[in-house]
This record gives sequence, C-alpha cells and structure tokens, in this order.
Amino acid sequence: MKVHIIGFLSGLIFALGLGVSGMTQTEKILNFLDVFGNWDYSLAFVMIGAIIVHFIVYRWITHKDSPIFSNTFHMPTRKDIDKPLVFGAILFGIGWGVVGYCPGPALTSLAGGNPKTLVFVISMLVSMRGYTYLDSKRAVN
Amino acid sequence: MSADLINALIGGMMIGVAASALLIFNGRIMGISGILNGALKFNKSDFGWRFSFLMGLFSGAIILKAFYPGVFDVPQAGWIEVVIGGVLVGVGTTIGSGCTSGHGVCGISRMSPRSLIATVTFMLFGFLTVGVFRHLF
Repeated sequence: MKVHIIGFLSGLIFALGLGVSGMTQTEKILNFLDVFGNWDYSLAFVMIGAIIVHFIVYRWITHKDSPIFSNTFHMPTRKDIDKPLVFGAILFGIGWGVVGYCPGPALTSLAGGNPKTLVFVISMLVSMRGYTYLDSKRAVN
Repeated sequence: MSADLINALIGGMMIGVAASALLIFNGRIMGISGILNGALKFNKSDFGWRFSFLMGLFSGAIILKAFYPGVFDVPQAGWIEVVIGGVLVGVGTTIGSGCTSGHGVCGISRMSPRSLIATVTFMLFGFLTVGVFRHLF
C-alpha cells in the first residue's frame, strides 16, 4: 500500500512540475529546440533544476542498502553504448522535434482535451506495445 | 531572471523531488517511457506501482486543467505529423530504453554513460528536426 501511495504522489508532483515548468506546451518545446532560430533556452532550467535535486539525493541514497518501502533498488546495470541506444534516441529526438511532446508531457496534456494529443498518445502506446511484441517474437524465433 | 526561467527552475525541481521520492521509498527509476512500457506488459508483479504512478500523473493533470488551463496548448503539427511523431517517440524510447525523464533527469543524475549519450543524441536530433522543419521548408 505504501508503495502505491508513493507512486501516486510521485506521479502527481511530476505532472504538476511539468505544468509549472512549461514542458506541456508544444510551442515552448519547439522554441527550445529551435537553436538555429530564435532560441528560447528557458526550458534548459527544467533539466538543471531536476538534476540538481536528484543528483544530491542520489549521492545520499547510494549509501543505503535498500529503499524505505521495498527490499531492493531496481537500478539499470548496463554500461555499454550499443546501437539500439543511439538509434532509439535518434528516432525519439526526431519525434520530439516533429510535435513537441515527449512521453510524460504527452500523457499529462491529455487533460487539455485536445484530440491531437489523444492521437499522439495512442500512436505512442500502440507503437511501444507493438514493438515490444514483435521484438519478443523475434527473440523466440 | 524572467518568470519563464523561474517557473522552469521550480517545475524542474518538483520533477527532481518526484524522481527522488520514487527512488528513496520504492527503489524505482522515474522514467516515463519505462513505466509505460512496463505497465503495458500487465505483469502482476510490478504493474501496481506503475498504475499508481500513472493515476497520480493524471490527477496532477486534472488539477492543472482546473487551475492553470493555460499550461496546455494545441500542437501545431498536422494530423499525419502527430501520428508519425507519436510512433517515433513510442518506438524510439522503447529501442533506446528511455526518454527525457529516465535518461535526461535520472540517468544524468546517476552519471550513467548510456543516459548521457542518449540525452545528447535525442537533444541533437530534436534540434536538427526543428531546424529542418522551421528553416529549410
């Protein structure tokens, strides 16, 4: 139960943070990505603010054996830079630049009630699930 | 500093707090594409916290809609671009194991080389894409 309360609060604060910071505005995102034009660098401070807080907390956390409400930390362990990592990031960057939504802001913006946001999210979810399915079939064969 | 910069910094710190709470208490990385990907597999063992996170996210979204509806805009991209963009973001974050939150915030805070490379790559291709769409066509 405690794990669910933390999950809920984390999601709540995350969505509010996205809204406050400007990350849910596609126009603002595209102006931030427009380094070759009239660049709006203000959104760089979203990442700076988030990293300052999380960097400090992470340093402190690594001295602990386990999280407070769970037995183990579920941390990524891979260190290798492989082709899927780079190729995936390229595709994601292009998609982000085409519309102005990354996954968190797209989900949050569903509350804005615009059909384009809904179509973006459906396309994103179907392709995520579809890719995972095809990849698992390929692994079996 | 302009209001935009202060809002960005405060909002960013809230995102940092959200990621930190999930890590300290649940031992989980706050990567939205990863949470979604995991939730879509409907594994009994770890569906619960992902679902709770998403319910929290939607509750936050409803609060924003009620009190600050101006934070949402209508994407200027056409319908075809919206579908293509959604597919690229969905497939790209699945192949690349993360998005802005997982790689950009959590991964860089952990000084993960994979996340650093991913973040530099998707930022660069975001810049190039907007550059091409806004200044070449």
